[in-house]
Parts: sequence; C-alpha cells; structure tokens
Amino acid sequence: MNTDYNPFSLAGKTILVTGASSGIGQCTAILCSRMGARLVLAARNQERLQETLNQLNEHPDGHVTLLADLTVQEEVERMVAALPPLNGAVLCAGNSTTLPLQFGSREKFDEMFDVNFFAPVELMRLMYKKKLLQKNSSVVLIASIGGTHSFMPGNGVYGASKAALNSVMRYAAREFATRRVRVNSICPGMVDTPLIHRGTITEEQLAEDAKRYPLGRYGNPDDIANGAIYLLSDASSWLTGHDLVIDGGFSI
Amino acid sequence: MNLQEFIENFAGQFDETDPEEFSAETKFKDLEEWSSLMALSIIAMVDDEYDVIIKGNDIISSDTIQDLFSIVEKRKS
Repeated sequence: MNTDYNPFSLAGKTILVTGASSGIGQCTAILCSRMGARLVLAARNQERLQETLNQLNEHPDGHVTLLADLTVQEEVERMVAALPPLNGAVLCAGNSTTLPLQFGSREKFDEMFDVNFFAPVELMRLMYKKKLLQKNSSVVLIASIGGTHSFMPGNGVYGASKAALNSVMRYAAREFATRRVRVNSICPGMVDTPLIHRGTITEEQLAEDAKRYPLGRYGNPDDIANGAIYLLSDASSWLTGHDLVIDGGFSI
Repeated sequence: MNLQEFIENFAGQFDETDPEEFSAETKFKDLEEWSSLMALSIIAMVDDEYDVIIKGNDIISSDTIQDLFSIVEKRKS
C-alpha cells in the first residue's frame, strides 16, 4: 500500500496569507507550511509577524514576510509589487464589531467595509490583474456565516461586509476561471481567536453562546485552517465559487 | 457630563418600560425589558453620545444607572 498518497499536499506551492500575525491567519500559515508550502506572510506588525514566521516549518526556498496596512491603497500597491508568483492566497485580514443596526452609521459601515471588503477585494483584483496568480491557483477569502447563513442581532454591520465579500467571491470565480484561477470562501461560525475576546461580549456570554453550537463548542483556528488547506490543494481542483460553511452545525 | 441627560439617553433605548421608571438608582438589569441586545445598545449609545468605549464587564459590574454613569464620567475625563 502506498502511504504517501496525499491529495491535500501543498508542496511546490507558494501561498500568500494576509492577517498572518494572529488568529485564523496565523494558524493557516503554520499549517500550510506543515503541508509543504512556501509562505508569503503579510500583516501590519513586524514583531507579531516574526512570531508567526518562527513557527513555520522551514522551506528550502525560504518564506517571505511583507508589512502592509491593506486599507491603505499605496501600501497594497507596494505589497503587490513585491509579491512573487503565487499558487494560492488566503485573505484572512479582517475585523469585527458588535453593534445594533440603529447605531450603524455610515462611518461605522465604512470602517468595517474598508477592512473586510475593500481591502481583500482590491488585493485580489491587483493580484489577478498583474498576473501574479498562476494557472490552477486558488484564492480563499475568509468570510463568515454572518450576513449569509446567520443573522444574529448586533452583527449587521459586520455581516453585511462579509456578505458583500461572498458576493464578489462568486463573480471572481466566474471571471477568473478563464485563467483557471479558483476563488472560494470559508464561512466560519464563532472561532476562538483574540478578535472575539475584546470585551463587548463578556467571557460568560461567550461561554453561554458556545453551548448553542450543535457540536458543543466554538471553532478553533485549525478547524478553519484545515478547510483552507483543502481549498488551496489540488484536492479541490474542480471546486470554485463555493462558500464552505465551517460552523459546528450552528447555521443548520 | 450631565446625569439627567445620561438617564434620558439610557431610557431612550427602551420601548416598553415607562420612562418615568428610570432614575439614578434604577437597577437596570432587573427591568423586564433588559436583554443582551439591550446591553449592546447601551454600549453603542455611550460610544455614540459620549465617545467613550465601555465593555460588557462594565455593564456587569454596574447595578444602577448611577454606577454606569460614574464609569463613563471617569473615562471621559
């Protein structure tokens, strides 16, 4: 029996991960390196990015780190100019807010859309336009069940930004298919990352909320990273335009 | 910061509770209309009206509207 069979291998692939200094992005970068990928890590903070880099499996060609605030156009352009040819990208950089809709001013929507929608869409657009995404490459957008599969009170501003991202994902999947570039998203339920421990919702409320998940807990970053590995790998060669719900059964 | 105005802003988030019922000494978490969404509305109201960030634990540690007012006032200065 050949035990080397592994359709999920990322060996030979160069993969960009944004938001790589924390949470889902950091975990995705680490696990992708274990699957054999060469990583290009992007985030805003050098020190925290270095912490991620230190946890990667070594690669013969070396990993790359790029500093950029993706909400600043010049920084996106500078980063894109520095990118090597890519076989995959996981766009994790994002933010969240919990705000009843009656307080969702244009300013609050703009803040959320700048980070969660315009930043990843602009990056994806430039990577495609500059032909950095190689044939058979795969783009994975980290969206959310919020805004498409779940509509919890207080999540409207956040959910709308992620729903918009899911919409562009499908258009990109259609258009980019001409170059055999695949585009999919992952829609996580609540995942235990620093993002959810900012205090608007108390730890007690979070613990109570986690009980509402059929599988009995919030997600861990590796639950999402493993989905990203599937979408990046050749195992998903015939999959594009799909939003992969990974939510412990919450949205059923 | 004006306590009376804070109480009015606080009461403004409620729909069913009689505005007359709100005073500095109101134990707001005992109100029937109190809910987790109401807590989010109070947090958002404080951000909106006073430009102060309060957290879920500030709500938990406050019994009365006066308690919460004191937290916001302290953070405002």
